[in-house]
Amino acid sequence: MENKLKFLIENVNLYYGDSHALKDINLSIEEKEITSFIGPSGCGKSTLIKSLNRLNDLIENCKITGTFLLDGINIYKDIDPNLLRKRVGMVFQKPNPFAMSIYDNIAYGPRTHGIKHKVDLDEIVEKSLKKSAIWEETKDRLKKSALSLSGGQQQRLCIARALAVSPEVVLMDEPTSALDPISTAKIEELVLELKKEYTIVIVTHSMQQAVRISDKTVFFLMGEVIESNKTTELFSRPKDSRTEDYITGRFG
Amino acid sequence: MKAMIDKELAVLHEELLIMGGLCEKAIKNATKALLEYDLSAINTTIYTEIEIAKKERDIEELCLQLLLKQHPVARDLRKISSTLKMLTDMDRIGRQARDIAEILLQTDLSRHIRNTHIKEIATASMKMVTGSIDAYGDNDLQACEAVIEEDNLVDELFNEMKKDIIEMVLADKTQIENGMYLLMIAKYYEKIADHATNIAHWVEFSNTGKYKGEDIS
Ligand SMILES: Nc1ncnc2c1ncn2[C@@H]1O[C@H](COP(=O)(O)OP(=O)(O)OP(=O)(O)O)[C@@H](O)[C@H]1O
Ligand SMILES: [Mg+2]
Repeated sequence: MENKLKFLIENVNLYYGDSHALKDINLSIEEKEITSFIGPSGCGKSTLIKSLNRLNDLIENCKITGTFLLDGINIYKDIDPNLLRKRVGMVFQKPNPFAMSIYDNIAYGPRTHGIKHKVDLDEIVEKSLKKSAIWEETKDRLKKSALSLSGGQQQRLCIARALAVSPEVVLMDEPTSALDPISTAKIEELVLELKKEYTIVIVTHSMQQAVRISDKTVFFLMGEVIESNKTTELFSRPKDSRTEDYITGRFG
Repeated sequence: MKAMIDKELAVLHEELLIMGGLCEKAIKNATKALLEYDLSAINTTIYTEIEIAKKERDIEELCLQLLLKQHPVARDLRKISSTLKMLTDMDRIGRQARDIAEILLQTDLSRHIRNTHIKEIATASMKMVTGSIDAYGDNDLQACEAVIEEDNLVDELFNEMKKDIIEMVLADKTQIENGMYLLMIAKYYEKIADHATNIAHWVEFSNTGKYKGEDIS
């Protein structure tokens, strides 16, 4: 059964000044699937994932052409960036909780979207922490600083924070690269669980992680998409020899 | 960049090729024992089978180490998984060559060589074993196809053998036991040919990602 298309990326080019960071990208991202982006350092994975919720708008002399459609809506023309970021959340490589309580970290997003009542916020906080598999570890210390959590816990908190505004898509840029294997396994389990409700795009340097969790894999090289396919297919029978060289560790 | 895995896969390839060579030696000696009633060839077959079994364990260990250390994907994974499959087929070839030799410890069948198709079936399956091992050594897909095609001939020869043996025992009831032995030997050759065919299929899979024409992961 084919899923519904969530993102359609058409003829996208992105320049940082003179440097051509994304070249003619055409890509579709299915709803409620996990799509992973792989490729060597500097190939444009973060650049593309950031452009899916317009974090590039903040960068000076970054120029983008082509279209990004979210459910058919052009995200650079027909939607307010703040609304876009509510629908498309982001989790970064290094856990970056705000220097405030665990509770306020989660409540922050909903508050900025106008939810003020404590009962509502309490419910959102609990639900988000539960979905992120960190409720049991934090329910007795919600008023404590988020910075008192371990790295792995902080990352799950950041995922909870992203979920608190009920996004449709969650973008993750190397969410486990700073974590130990056990925290990594927890996040991977969590991501698989989240797939039931959310569309997920994840950048990873771990081939094994891409194989373990993603439905589709996209391989990037020097700003281009070289190959995009079902993960099992891409890792079993890559079509392009550059993909094969990269995934089998013979790159360079 | 010459990856570490390339060197290790090259060693693996060599080792399996050596094991394949031992299989050829086993079936050649079993056949010599049968056709010429050569007792020293029976001995050689049995000792070769023991060597094959040891080689199988060593290569299996090598495969498991590679899986553990390298997390292979794509063609590397196919190389290792097909090696594990071929190991089983080669082990069976060795085992069945030994089974033939052990029957020959019980009885001398040399008087039945001429009036049956046993020499033909032995020669054809031996040729298939050599063909499959060569196809493996050279990653030769055409040679794989030839081996797979040849299996039909062996199946036909096995049917011929059944007829030959019925005739043989109808003509001389004292040969019933030898007839059974001969049928078993023919069946071993027929199975050996199947294993050679399997090897050819795994060589194709390792090189193309397709097993009997189908994608498998
Ligand atoms: N703000 C920026 N200004 C100028 N160039 C940039 C900027 N951000 C990224 N680049 C360049 O764009 C290219 C793609 O970078 P990007 O961060 O998308 O790579 P990446 O695939 O995420 O790499 P990594 O795996 O190391 O995170 C690189 O050449 C990088 O130097
Ligand atoms: Mg990056």
